[in-house]
Amino acid sequence: MTTMTMAKALSAGLRRVLEQNPKSLLIGEDIGRLGGVYRITEGLMADFGTDRVVDSPLAEAGIIGTSIGMSLRGYAPIAEIQFDGFVFPGFNQITTQLAKMRARSEGRFGAPVVVRIPYGGGIGSIEHHSESPEALFAHTAGLRIITPSNPNDAYWMIQQAVACQDPVIFFEPKRRYWLKGEVDTTTPARDAFSAQIVREGTDATIATYGPLVPVALAAAEAATEDGRNIEVIDLRSISPIDFDTVVASVQKTGRLIVTHEAPTFGGIGGEIAARVSERAFLSLEAPVIRVGGFHMPYPVAKVEEQYLPDIDKLLDALDRSFDY
Amino acid sequence: MTSTAQATAATDMVQLLTPDGELLSDSEYSPYLAEVGAEQLRGFYRDMALTRRFDEEATALQRQGQLALWVPLRGQEAAQIGSGRATLARDYIFPTYREHGVALTRDVDFPQMLRIFRGISNGGWDPRENNFHMYTMVLAAQMPHATGYAMGVQRDQAGWDAERLAAEGTAVVAYFGDGSSSEGETHESMVFAASNQAPVVFFCQNNQWAISVPFEVQSRVPLAQRAAGYGFPGIRVDGNDILAVYAVTRWALEHARSGGGPVLIEAQTYRMSAHTTADDPTKYRTPVDEEPWGPKDPLIRLEKYLRAKGLADEGFFAQLAVDGDEMAARVRREALAFPEPTLQQSFENVYAEAHPLIREELEFHRRYEAGFADATTTDQQQGEPR
Repeated sequence: MTTMTMAKALSAGLRRVLEQNPKSLLIGEDIGRLGGVYRITEGLMADFGTDRVVDSPLAEAGIIGTSIGMSLRGYAPIAEIQFDGFVFPGFNQITTQLAKMRARSEGRFGAPVVVRIPYGGGIGSIEHHSESPEALFAHTAGLRIITPSNPNDAYWMIQQAVACQDPVIFFEPKRRYWLKGEVDTTTPARDAFSAQIVREGTDATIATYGPLVPVALAAAEAATEDGRNIEVIDLRSISPIDFDTVVASVQKTGRLIVTHEAPTFGGIGGEIAARVSERAFLSLEAPVIRVGGFHMPYPVAKVEEQYLPDIDKLLDALDRSFDY
Repeated sequence: MTSTAQATAATDMVQLLTPDGELLSDSEYSPYLAEVGAEQLRGFYRDMALTRRFDEEATALQRQGQLALWVPLRGQEAAQIGSGRATLARDYIFPTYREHGVALTRDVDFPQMLRIFRGISNGGWDPRENNFHMYTMVLAAQMPHATGYAMGVQRDQAGWDAERLAAEGTAVVAYFGDGSSSEGETHESMVFAASNQAPVVFFCQNNQWAISVPFEVQSRVPLAQRAAGYGFPGIRVDGNDILAVYAVTRWALEHARSGGGPVLIEAQTYRMSAHTTADDPTKYRTPVDEEPWGPKDPLIRLEKYLRAKGLADEGFFAQLAVDGDEMAARVRREALAFPEPTLQQSFENVYAEAHPLIREELEFHRRYEAGFADATTTDQQQGEPR
């Protein structure tokens, strides 16, 4: 066990990938000499060379597109998109090419590229640096989408993403890069595409992922003052979603809050609400409640605290669920 | 070599065989024809004629309702056969959706190509068998794939000296058109290729029309000139002259394979037919517009040369017509006999690894379909796990 930040854990995970898989390589903007704007890849170019850690020209479609091409040649590229809001020049390559290569080839081969994207708000930044576009990718079949919430998961899930034979969009909760935690570098974490119950409870369930897992845990802790015992699920995987774990929890607690930073309309929370209503309707004591962003472009930093789900918003949602 | 090629691009168009079938000499490119004998010249003609016959048969199949769509290539046979025949088996090709002639040179069986247009497959053939990638329908999306593939080739060849690169190196060809030259991914693919000095040849068939939009809307200068902006050679070639296309592409591939970096070739040609069978060219161009390109037909040109030099006799052309009809009959027969796809196959090809949503939806689909089974099969299916 070693204590490290999520940023260091990701860096250590990538280092292990580069050490163990000779076909793996990193490509992205400023990831080499600078080590990435968040320093996730710091030192890797010096240790693995410019063929394995590639400072690319400044062009996201080019980064994703050339990664697909290298994958077709047998390489395992791990592409970095610098910020969530900058993925869209590469969106065409991700949705029309990366996601569909296996279907197009009739299952003969795919393009198992990993795309790392720092995402989410709460960092007081300027436009395009605080977004949560995961639902836009989740709607695209052929992709897998995962997001760690703690250093141990970060260390293992990035390695599992590279090992996966399907393309993986790897969302990194950037405001948790400096969150410290224990990392067990000898025992692999659970399957990257499964959810984890991070707090057991009996009265209601909060399902979330990425940056809001610590918020949900804090809300659950606060709810004990009201005598409520809240279960918290870290989904970890956004596509596929481990509905078995969510449904089993709801069958136990009877109440479900889903929270994410992304806008609620057309979001992951809505999908979970629909699936749970299909599979556990008679277990529900109240409607599934979504706590997420509003239907607006991500707001300016001075007001983002009012936009983002926080402990109070989750406690309010719990009140509404119990009052129903 | 590089400086000559760059100088050529700006002003001239490489031509080795005039529309009248007269052979020209060029110090840079004629040497590539030295080893092209009579048999290979007849082979060039045969490839072009068979490609045209295939194109006609596929168009007929579409008209008869047997294909959803067809993408004719009439007029572009020299650009495709000339460039395709310049490649080596180990080179990897990224086509657009109109490269039926290039496919022939890569031994893709013609009927397989119709699987795409008959609604059976989105891929058609196995690219790994002949290093000829699947068609990409999103314009220019294949361009960065080609550059990336070439970056992979570079890594495979790391540490090779110039001699070994020249002898054993691999090149990648990215086909595109004048329309897709405007796409951002074309630009990005060239930036990345230049940045990495990747062994990729960008082969543009400038067929003058992007559906209804003439070339002038895409660019005010010959596309080959753009190469100078990226810092690699650009060559403009008469795309209806199969000898020039072959020679120029040979030069470019050797340049790329031996570590010289990317090359852009702009082949000036003409889409003599419609954009697709769903297109109506009379809405945007007249017979007067098309007329100048008639005498430039790539097949006529090579036929003139073969006949004038006594390299092919009447019997050759007569036999080729017979072979073409036989090929077309086989294409028709095999296309109409393709096994029907199933939706289950679509489920199975989304992901490589087990996926709970796929499993759940496939189970639903099976149950739903089973509900339509007749009484006798229903009895059997009731025994299946739910």
